[in-house]
Amino acid sequence: MITTSHPQVVTLHTHSKPRVMFAGDQLVMADLPAGTRVVYPKPPLEALPNVDAAIRHAINHPVGTTPLYARLKPGMKVVIAIDDISLPLPVMRAPDVRERVLTILLELLADHGVDDVRMIIATAFHRRMKPGEIKHMVGEKIFNAYHPMRLCNHDAEDPRGMKEIGTTSEGEVVEINKRAAESDLLIYVNLNFVPMNGGHKSVAVGLAGYRSLKAHHNPYKLREGGSYMDPERSSLQTSFARMGKLVNEALDVFTIETTVNNRMFDKPLAFLGKNEDELSALEQFSMKALVRTLEKMPQGARHAVFDKFPAPYGVTSVFAGETEAVHALTLEKSFEQLLVPVRGQADVMITGIPFISPYNVHAFLNPLLVQVLAQGYLFNLHKGAPLVKKGGTLIITHPCTDKFDQEQHAVYAEFVHRVLPETRDAVTMHKKFEAEFAQNPAYIQAYRTGYAYHPVHPFYMWYWGEPGREHLGRVIVVGADNEYIPRLLGYETARTMGEALEMARGVHGPDMSITMMHTAPMLMADVTV
Amino acid sequence: MKASFFDVDGTLVRTNLVHPTWFYLTHQRSPWSSMARVAKTLARAPLLALSERADRRLFNERLFEAYAGMSHDRLHLLADEAYETVLKPALYKGARDLVQRSVQEGHRVVLVSGALDFLMQRLARDVGAHDVIANTLEMQRNQATGKLVPPVVAGPEKAALLRRYAQQRALDLGQCHAYSDSYSDVPMLSVVGHPVAVNPDTKLRTLAATYQWPVLELRDAS
Repeated sequence: MITTSHPQVVTLHTHSKPRVMFAGDQLVMADLPAGTRVVYPKPPLEALPNVDAAIRHAINHPVGTTPLYARLKPGMKVVIAIDDISLPLPVMRAPDVRERVLTILLELLADHGVDDVRMIIATAFHRRMKPGEIKHMVGEKIFNAYHPMRLCNHDAEDPRGMKEIGTTSEGEVVEINKRAAESDLLIYVNLNFVPMNGGHKSVAVGLAGYRSLKAHHNPYKLREGGSYMDPERSSLQTSFARMGKLVNEALDVFTIETTVNNRMFDKPLAFLGKNEDELSALEQFSMKALVRTLEKMPQGARHAVFDKFPAPYGVTSVFAGETEAVHALTLEKSFEQLLVPVRGQADVMITGIPFISPYNVHAFLNPLLVQVLAQGYLFNLHKGAPLVKKGGTLIITHPCTDKFDQEQHAVYAEFVHRVLPETRDAVTMHKKFEAEFAQNPAYIQAYRTGYAYHPVHPFYMWYWGEPGREHLGRVIVVGADNEYIPRLLGYETARTMGEALEMARGVHGPDMSITMMHTAPMLMADVTV
Repeated sequence: MKASFFDVDGTLVRTNLVHPTWFYLTHQRSPWSSMARVAKTLARAPLLALSERADRRLFNERLFEAYAGMSHDRLHLLADEAYETVLKPALYKGARDLVQRSVQEGHRVVLVSGALDFLMQRLARDVGAHDVIANTLEMQRNQATGKLVPPVVAGPEKAALLRRYAQQRALDLGQCHAYSDSYSDVPMLSVVGHPVAVNPDTKLRTLAATYQWPVLELRDAS
């Protein structure tokens, strides 16, 4: 039995207007049946009035440890690790909060005679950030002073650049960036957008290499369950924590975490987070005009439009100090923004698939990333139980175009067209193909010196969708421009939302319960069964 | 066993066949001899340019005519210097890493080049490659005739040589990698399971995008 539980949860009636949903870089209007429950994001939390003051206060009044200034000594070696631009999405409008934190940090370090400072962007197996992207993230002043010698991307494949810290009780090898491992003080600057990130994941994953990553980025760990957006219940997060604790025992780590609200779109697009039945006349007009305009634009132009405008996020909190103590506060703030209480699971979950993910910044969202958004991220945007029942149906809207960014995702193309036709079973591909890809010298070179994802990253993307694949009965994609890609991904296709719902009715019966996750902006369902 | 086949000019080094040839032309026994050879070669420059446009093999053959009359001893005596001053400084920054990573992953690394074999052998030793498939100058009475010993390593012939190499060593070409910067090497790239466009020319870049071959930029590798 589904009941409305929160102002952000709306039950549609017979006169409700169509809902607007992302379908890649287009917006589509979907007429959903009466009784459908739509979960909307909460309005953006109020931003901190003085972010710089909040950063200074956090650094000088840390939780669970001594203030940073008390740990500084002239001549010491300091490494500042920084989250990469995989988050937030879209990219944050300048000044990025990381620039603000770094400006204050570097000033403090200089005041205490600490001049051996290196900044490392904690990319793990993500692509390297380009100079322009780094400049946007850290600001021109820091960029000009430190890049490239003292501000660089992590390189997990540098044979001389990694150092083993130890092994956990569960046999997980902890190996991180050598420079960070040999520093006198490691400061981590995080930007928290979803509860999956931050905490022990920052260092133990962000600065790790293959020997460490394969301990948890594998199908077995992903199948152990628990949403990775719900750290308390996630087996994956438990592994991160074990490894991170080992790092913190061996190194002096000072964690700084920040949260932003969910203001992903500027005012003209603010309607995207609102109930369509409550939009003003102007918002209705804007919405329809945008839907039509996007429909008529060529794909490249649509992508360019969305890519052009960074998001006006507001910083909602800054915490600093001991990793776990900081992260507990960060999670609280993150959940305050994201969590919408929902009572009861649904037979059918509907969600649009947007044009962005953490893995295609300034690039096209390829089919493998559609999969990781659908069965990975969006499916996992829950705390407690999944929004959809075991064996339920997920309906998504996306064209599933067979297109890959040549520079960033060439290895994804090989994965989709060579591995998936042979198997969709995560364990089989893990055993049969992962090592071969991991040892491909060309792809490794492209990761190390180009702007490509590491060759095992597409495997991780598939494993990342494992919780959804294990839980869901079927996935139906509406609006695919081809049959081949959905078939490779294991999806059924429908031309319209009505057709998809009819297909779902065939399994769940005429009284099936339907819930739509109205993303983006970002939200999470706090589901009680 | 896997193998990685590397084209050299433009792929691993920024030089082409002309650079070492120029080195030899300008390092003759006497300045007069050098000047005479340079003048003769420059006079043939338009013909070389036309040949390059028409057919890579034809260009190679005409360019190597410039070596006619050079002694075997002189060619080999100057080879170390030619390598150290022409080829080695032109090695792309990422090239050595790529070759070494291939070796580390257990690949048999083969340089496949239209350049001269004794120079390619020096490059192979330096970067850690195992074998060389390159052109050999024909010698008569210890002097270069200006002709190449067939088969001339260029264009589609490279693909045939790769196949023969793989056959002799029971290599599965489907598991092998090939790297090149030039559209003229598409036959070579097409016979392996893992073709890679490196610093590609426009035509190869377009083809690589169509077939979703990975593209590497070793020129500006940091």
